[in-house]
Amino acid sequence: MNIYQEELLDHYENPSNYGTLPNPDISHVEDNPLCGDQIRMDLLIEDDKIKEVRFCGHGCTISLAAASMLTEKIEGKSLDEVKQITKDDMLEMVGIPLGPVRIKCALLALKVLKAGAYGINCWPGEEE
Amino acid sequence: MHTSEFRPLDVERIRKDFPIFATEPPLAFLDNAASTQTARPVVDAMDAYYDTYRSNIHRGIYRISEQATEEYERAREKVARLINAPRTRQIIFTRNTTESINLVAYSWGNQNIQEGDEIVLTVMEHHSNLVPWQLLAQRTGAVLRFLEITDEGLLDFTQLQDVLTEKTKLVAIGHVSNVLGTINPIQSVTAAAHAVGAKVVVDAAQSVPHFHVDVQQLDCDFLAFSGHKMCGPTGIGVLYGKLELLEEMPPFLGGGSMIRAVERDVSSYADLPAKFEAGTPSIAEAIGLGHAVDYITQANLAAIQVHEQELLKYAHHRLKEIEGITLYGPSVPHQKAGVISFNIEGIHPHDVAGILDTHGVAIRAGHHCAQPLMKRLDVIATVRASFYLYNTVEDVDRLYEGLCRAQKLMTRRK
Ligand SMILES: Cc1ncc(COP(=O)(O)O)c(C=O)c1O
Repeated sequence: MNIYQEELLDHYENPSNYGTLPNPDISHVEDNPLCGDQIRMDLLIEDDKIKEVRFCGHGCTISLAAASMLTEKIEGKSLDEVKQITKDDMLEMVGIPLGPVRIKCALLALKVLKAGAYGINCWPGEEE
Repeated sequence: MHTSEFRPLDVERIRKDFPIFATEPPLAFLDNAASTQTARPVVDAMDAYYDTYRSNIHRGIYRISEQATEEYERAREKVARLINAPRTRQIIFTRNTTESINLVAYSWGNQNIQEGDEIVLTVMEHHSNLVPWQLLAQRTGAVLRFLEITDEGLLDFTQLQDVLTEKTKLVAIGHVSNVLGTINPIQSVTAAAHAVGAKVVVDAAQSVPHFHVDVQQLDCDFLAFSGHKMCGPTGIGVLYGKLELLEEMPPFLGGGSMIRAVERDVSSYADLPAKFEAGTPSIAEAIGLGHAVDYITQANLAAIQVHEQELLKYAHHRLKEIEGITLYGPSVPHQKAGVISFNIEGIHPHDVAGILDTHGVAIRAGHHCAQPLMKRLDVIATVRASFYLYNTVEDVDRLYEGLCRAQKLMTRRK
């Protein structure tokens, strides 16, 4: 039974960038109405780059671990670069096969990021 | 019809009617409150319709159409007998519980509810017995009031006298909570509601499949349930109503089959039950439901209830051993049906469900379409196992083992 790999569990148990920022330039919360998971992401932007990022919230292993992985990936990157992150990038990071319900768990953090930073208000992969 | 003679369930034989359990190890299907498996005789009956007398009902003047009509109407008779409806025409076929409740909310509600009237619900209602009343309240200016639950998960009866007043026009209440398993004392509620002149709608989605429900004994005004939760197919549900109410109510959907005569500007409507069955109905599914009724009555509803009680007791006993588990709902078995909701400290319900799935155990995790109840319990979601006639002690053991496994995995270093 390998539904939860070590790496995923590590992120869940010791998440990177967990918490909030005192004066974020962007702070955004979204939830997954299917299960009530909720994630908030705070961003500090300098010269169009993500200088600092924090996330917090509640959810299952997949949604929290995915959020932790995503924050590691975007810290220090430019907003343009970060905008290119796709659904498939997220699923690859999470690295385990997921059914249609739990895919949303893996994508919640990216949804929060895209809605907060770019005003894109739909699930990754469902853009028009 | 409902024999009191008691035979325990022959679970091994029953399981042979459900090919999904033929694998080794068999699937531990514990999500019966959401939807049950369909019994083989039900599928066979629907196949027979499709293979040998497939046709539309009521209008055809040829043999197989007459046969389809007969079978469709026979299903209605079986349902009427199951819940002891005085007249067969008090049984309206719909798609599901949700549609049945919406039918009442639109047809009876629009005609009878006015601004300032009160509609009484409970905090444990499924969204399908809540949202239609919210919509009705928005249309009419009526007010929703809620009966609370005790910390044990039982309906708080002390409140009833205060909440029910001459302003109350309707009480809408679930017979059995799909989250807590709580069995509500419907007879007492209908007596109290009728005393102030209010009507009572019973959401029986979780009761009719699991024990003997008698609408005359409950004295409810309307009662709704779904075929897919009682070994039947999806796409077929039932609304029962008192005759004088159904006769007074305007149609819900307009179209074919529900009319008597149609002129350019006006129509007159068919008698019950056709008045509420516009368009071509779910014919195969209704026939299937009739056979599902046969199936569970032959298995014997009293025996089903006893079987589920035993599984529930056993599950309570086993799950209580798990460290950090919180069980929701009454601990008194006879006030609770075969539903067990819980959380394990430090593990999200979705993770529990995901891990159990890899262990061959299907349970549900989430808000179970009862968000106000989740708020009342102060949780975001729960894990829920729910039983039916084909479940076994081994299924419960597999659940227990899966939970231990989940716990080990998720709390490794904590
Ligand atoms: C108590 C209760 N009411 C209503 C429903 C809705 O049933 P359906 O989806 O068949 O309309 C359900 C099932 O999910 C239920 O458990």
